[in-house]
Amino acid sequence: MDLRFRDTEPTDEERAAIDALLGPPASGWVGGARTDDDLRFAAAGEQERDLLLPALHAVNDRIGWISEGALDYICRRLTVPPADAYGVATFYSMFSLKPRPSRVLHVCTDLVCEARGAAGLCASLEERLGPPGLSWQRSPCLGLCERAPAALALEAGDPPAHAVYGPADAALTEFAEPPVEAAVPQSLHSGPGAGDELVLLRRVGVVDPGSLDDYRSTDGYAALRRAFTLGPAGIIREVLDAGLVGRGGAAFPTGRKWEATARQPDHPHYLVCNADESEPGTFKDRVIMEGDPFALIEAMTIAAYATGCRKGYIYLRGEYPRAFHRLTGAIAAARARGLLGDDVMGQGFAFDIEIRRGAGAYICGEETAIFNSIEGQRGEPRSKPPFPVEKGLFGKPTVVNNVETLVNVLPILLSGASAYAATGTEGSTGTKLFCLSGNVRRPGLYELPFGATLRDLLDLAGGVPEGRSLRAVLLGGAAGAFVRPDELDIPLTFEGTRAAGTTLGSGVVLVLDDGADLVKILLRIAEFFRDESCGQCVPCRVGTVRQEEALHRLAIKPQAGDLTLLREVGQVMRDASICGLGQTAWNAVESAIDRLGVFTSEEAS
Amino acid sequence: MKQKRAEPYDRLTHPLVRDDGVLRRATWEEALDRAAEGFRRNIEAHGPNAFAMLSCARSTNEMNYVAQKFTRVVVGTNNVDSCNRTCHAPSVAGLSAVFGSGGGTSSYQEVEDTDVIVMWGSAARNAHPIFFQHVLKGIRKGAKMFAVDPRRTGTAQWADLWLGLNVGTDIPLAHAVAREIIHAGLHNTAFIERATSGFEEFARSVEPWTPEVAEQVTGVPAEAIRRLAHAYATADRAQLCWTLGITEHHNATDNVRALINLALLTGHVGRYGSGLSPLRGQNNVQGGGDMGAIPNRLPGFQDLLDPEVRARFEQVWSNTIQPRHGLNLTEMLEAMGEGEVTTCYLIGENPVQSEADSLSCIKRLGMLDHLVVQDIFLTKTAQMADVVLPASAAWCEADGTFTNSERRVQRVRKALTPPGEARDDIEILCDLARRLGHDWHYDGAEEVWDELRRLSPAHTGMSYSRLEEHQGIQWPCPSEDSIEPPYLHGRLWATDPVARGTPAPFAVLEHSPPVDVLDEEFPLRLTTGRRLDSYNTGVQSSGFASPLRRGETVELCPEDARRLGLTAGEEVRISSRRGTVVAPVFIDPALRPGLVFMTMHFPDEVDTNSLTIEATCPIAGTAEFKAAAVRIDKLVPAKAG
Amino acid sequence: MSVPLPPPRRLVEITVDGEPVRLPEGSTILDACQDTPTLCYGDTLTPKNACRVCVVEVEGSRTLVPACSRRAEEGMKVSTDSERVRHSRKLVLELLGSSVDLSTTPGAAEWIAEYDADPQRFGQEAATVEQPVKVDNDLYVRDYGKCIMCYKCVDACGDQWQNSFAITVAGRGFDSHISTEHDAPLTDSACVYCGNCVEVCPTGALSFKTEFDMRAAGTWHEEEQTQTTTICAYCGVGCNLTLHVQDNEIVKVTSPHDNPVTHGNLCIKGRFGFQHVQNGRSAKQTQKD
Repeated sequence: MDLRFRDTEPTDEERAAIDALLGPPASGWVGGARTDDDLRFAAAGEQERDLLLPALHAVNDRIGWISEGALDYICRRLTVPPADAYGVATFYSMFSLKPRPSRVLHVCTDLVCEARGAAGLCASLEERLGPPGLSWQRSPCLGLCERAPAALALEAGDPPAHAVYGPADAALTEFAEPPVEAAVPQSLHSGPGAGDELVLLRRVGVVDPGSLDDYRSTDGYAALRRAFTLGPAGIIREVLDAGLVGRGGAAFPTGRKWEATARQPDHPHYLVCNADESEPGTFKDRVIMEGDPFALIEAMTIAAYATGCRKGYIYLRGEYPRAFHRLTGAIAAARARGLLGDDVMGQGFAFDIEIRRGAGAYICGEETAIFNSIEGQRGEPRSKPPFPVEKGLFGKPTVVNNVETLVNVLPILLSGASAYAATGTEGSTGTKLFCLSGNVRRPGLYELPFGATLRDLLDLAGGVPEGRSLRAVLLGGAAGAFVRPDELDIPLTFEGTRAAGTTLGSGVVLVLDDGADLVKILLRIAEFFRDESCGQCVPCRVGTVRQEEALHRLAIKPQAGDLTLLREVGQVMRDASICGLGQTAWNAVESAIDRLGVFTSEEAS
Repeated sequence: MKQKRAEPYDRLTHPLVRDDGVLRRATWEEALDRAAEGFRRNIEAHGPNAFAMLSCARSTNEMNYVAQKFTRVVVGTNNVDSCNRTCHAPSVAGLSAVFGSGGGTSSYQEVEDTDVIVMWGSAARNAHPIFFQHVLKGIRKGAKMFAVDPRRTGTAQWADLWLGLNVGTDIPLAHAVAREIIHAGLHNTAFIERATSGFEEFARSVEPWTPEVAEQVTGVPAEAIRRLAHAYATADRAQLCWTLGITEHHNATDNVRALINLALLTGHVGRYGSGLSPLRGQNNVQGGGDMGAIPNRLPGFQDLLDPEVRARFEQVWSNTIQPRHGLNLTEMLEAMGEGEVTTCYLIGENPVQSEADSLSCIKRLGMLDHLVVQDIFLTKTAQMADVVLPASAAWCEADGTFTNSERRVQRVRKALTPPGEARDDIEILCDLARRLGHDWHYDGAEEVWDELRRLSPAHTGMSYSRLEEHQGIQWPCPSEDSIEPPYLHGRLWATDPVARGTPAPFAVLEHSPPVDVLDEEFPLRLTTGRRLDSYNTGVQSSGFASPLRRGETVELCPEDARRLGLTAGEEVRISSRRGTVVAPVFIDPALRPGLVFMTMHFPDEVDTNSLTIEATCPIAGTAEFKAAAVRIDKLVPAKAG
Repeated sequence: MSVPLPPPRRLVEITVDGEPVRLPEGSTILDACQDTPTLCYGDTLTPKNACRVCVVEVEGSRTLVPACSRRAEEGMKVSTDSERVRHSRKLVLELLGSSVDLSTTPGAAEWIAEYDADPQRFGQEAATVEQPVKVDNDLYVRDYGKCIMCYKCVDACGDQWQNSFAITVAGRGFDSHISTEHDAPLTDSACVYCGNCVEVCPTGALSFKTEFDMRAAGTWHEEEQTQTTTICAYCGVGCNLTLHVQDNEIVKVTSPHDNPVTHGNLCIKGRFGFQHVQNGRSAKQTQKD
């Protein structure tokens, strides 16, 4: 490509960071020193566009921000137009194209942390460190909701470092990050709903997440062995019979997705694990990845075998450094033992996994935006059809599954489809992970069989704190819906929540007591969607702004006109947006108005 | 380092005649009388061959038809040519020698549908940007592209493989590719046997050119030569495209033949998606030749020496045609120098600035008794004229047709009224014809075109209404009822030997290095070319304010700049054995040590063609613009330390 | 002769507002309902379906679907004028009209009237993309206060046609905008001034400097202009130019989108290099320095 560069040079350190990822440049034409050979011929290199995000991360991790010279050098190395790379870099909020300190504190100000005092934390930080922007900044949900209010410090360097604060105090007292099982209250208790009934979380806190041997001593890799005896078609049959549906929010039958992908004549097929857990209030996938990383790797291997994939990607949200390290270690260990690679378990099946880090964009959890992001593009959702099973990653048939969905495959294969389906209800089989947060005594990750009610779950978590009363529960996260205290008998199943006009979504259960400022929470939700809209389609790009503006006006003075306006804008977002983000951006607000009477009843204002 | 932009040319709005050595405003009557009188005087004194017509590759087919008819009928000579000579005459000569027809064999669409594209001596990305979009479509659809060019141009940067050969070593490279194909057994024996002649001799002639030997001469690594050979030969479809990097050499027709040899060897011609495409440099340089505005062909590219062809024209034109070739542009200039051509009618050409060795061109034009220039600007050439006739700009102030590089004849339509007293070319030609005793009158361009369609079988089916309907039609189009395939020479694949016709001959060729040799005094190879936003001598392109324009520079590689102690923007003296110019330095890694580059876009500021050599191709007459030997000197001696 | 012809396409039958329509397989819904409003759709570009003004209702589909990109499938039942469709089109026009200057967008005023849209309803405080016009060269002007983010200029500059990649979409959400690398001026970017972005811009956000200046001076009179298609005067590729002429002056150059040579694309010379024929044409000096 005849690219035009602006002749800005990278620093030695920037160059080193990029070369560490990509290796030394192949020729003078792609950023190396000019040799005699370069004067006489030039061969087009491999298409490496998909390494754009990793390269941006490499610089951002080492230096803390991406200079013009660094971006230019990345573009030369990867043959990416500089304008194009600029557009990509500015899409992701974790990348900075302006100088900033090497250590930046990301303070979560999302729903849960907001409900647990993030505002005060920010106020004290502002007093001490000045306005947000450079050394600290406000952040959407960090997935540390059980420890709200939370903050994450990222420090650039070689290697980069991080620190987690949760619950963060105004002084930002440093303490060791608690073990992952601290997020699973059930593992600390006995009795009904206690640790011994856990299926998906059974190893969290029980095994050393860094030890493959520990994993194998607790039935690890038994499911894969069974998978090889079943064969791809047999696995798909088991998954279909088990009634497994996706846990990412859309609740699509996993077996059907696998079957459709396996059937595609076009090759290669790709497997993508959606670990871009970004729905405010969600942290279940983080707990699995941190506490039981081999489970995900084994499950992905099974999925890949069933669907004919030789390559799998874990698209991991960028704000999960501990999960990144544990998964990286686990993949290396699995590879070393022949559980990944050219000949998995000696069965002649080749499969490997690469982790790709997101960089601060909620939209990349959308199943087609994830492809664009892995390919090194802006994380904008694609129009469907074509669906991922036909044309997904790199235009090839792709199966995309959420972390929780994938790890469900292990109990299915271990105990068989019928045993698995015996748990839960007819329409929702197995167990479900719930991210309980907000004003409850024991926030954390809970695993319950489908069919348990919201009340059961709240009881397990000890209910709202002493002296408070329940105001509302937000189910499903920012894209979900509120329910009232008189609706606690809703069964927590896909069909049950649907019938009640709400959704399980990604399993968020945000509890709000009578002290919660609902209007403020709605404003935060609106702000979240405005921030996270990719900007591609008009209904979402402008609609989320108009929604937020109307809510601000309503917060001051409820007026019928603004409510009509909200509904009309909400309707066009739901009807005409490209992807689920825009289509659901009005759900929570709508439910707050219709179910909780915010802005309409006197009680609300 | 930005140079002040040259003042754009203003349109000519009234005729000029020369009195006492000075051009002054005149009426049309006076100017036409003066022009006709001068022609008559010279023809009467020295015979019709003392007249030369330089027709305009910028103007319409219809105007070129009338101009060549004027030359052949009103004057009675075949001395008609155009600037075709300075660019693609070798392509026409080479292609017509092999296939009997001088046009490119393929269509743009086929480049999108092919498997391998070879861009040889073509900076199409900048010189033919919209053609290159078709190449890019092909690349996006999976075609592999190879670029052969001394410079790593914008085109080369899109290539899967760029081969940076030494200037003027195209024949060794092509020979090595051919030898490799033959030795790898990848030549198309069925095609060679049925549709070609002279293979054995050709194979013997390329035998010494092993890739390793070629590497010594061309500078291109043997491995890269092999890769090109294998890719081209094994492709199901392949397009070979070239531009002036092939044709602006002293042995240009041989260069073209060397490329054609490769297509014959592999059967990459005469099929959809496989072909040979010379990219024409001017809007109607293809059409000018097609219309017979060349000294050896009658309209429809018909052979002037064929008595039957001549007879048909003589009948329609009611005049006899000299049964011999006229002078080409190069020969005309020589004949002016020798006093054999004494009058010249020059339409829309600017040889003073476009010809190699421009100083000698000025001298030769200066020896004419009577020079009439018809143009839209008072160019450097027009300033030498005895009579200057202000013309309309063909592309927007006249009706007619142009023919593009894929042989597509397309309608040109009048959108503007010409300024002042400027008039349509065809009207002016008819006015002069009437003054010289031929009562010509055409009621618009369509009448001219219909006359041409009667005489040229290749154009017979192209009525204006059909051209409109199909957005242009590619020749040949012999019938109003059908459209021919977009590629030429499908006959070569016919099973019936009669339908197959004359076999296409391989050419046995010798390498002949550039005439202007490098030595200690002139150690740098200067090659010339175009930039994206400028055009030829800049007469047209200086008219708009291009943000990309930086004026003339001498481009050289960072290594040479360091070695010579030069910095970007510094003015330096560039000298060849013929002349000297001063231009600022521009540093470009697309070049390599020993290779420098200039354009000819700013002749009023930097006359690059005072450096180039007028070593011409003996067959086609094109000069070796692509290879001069120069030296670069600092204007101010470097300070010590 | 072996000229490859595309295989004949099968027909599919769909109903549009109850009327049966037969279309070649692979056609879009838009092919069946040509009077649908479109903004981001470009006849030479892959549908981006970003503006959502062309949405229609397809029976069985949870959301509305963009007519410009959705392929017609056998038996599809399409409504182009249902309550939901009218609501979405109205709101899309209101959302755009309230945030972007649509004053030079062909069709916008008519659609706003047709769908009874009221872009003012979001109030004076509604956020807009209003910003100063970018005039950094003599050939074309970028007035991003008129940009609806249809992506067409980026696609035309990028891999669909020009492959220069001078511009991109930068930023995200409402802040997303068309940008060069690091927001540099065009003159410091990869722009080659082919104007193929101007050719596809549906709103007048990108315009010839001549048009921009004439509009500013109040002398732009489209109804007085003639459009004549001719052939470019530069290289031998033979690009078709449509000259827009007002008062015997070329004021803008476009190219027919269905032309087999250009597909609507030109280079800097074809698009902007016309001035030489009118230099010195009249007393009015058109060339500035």
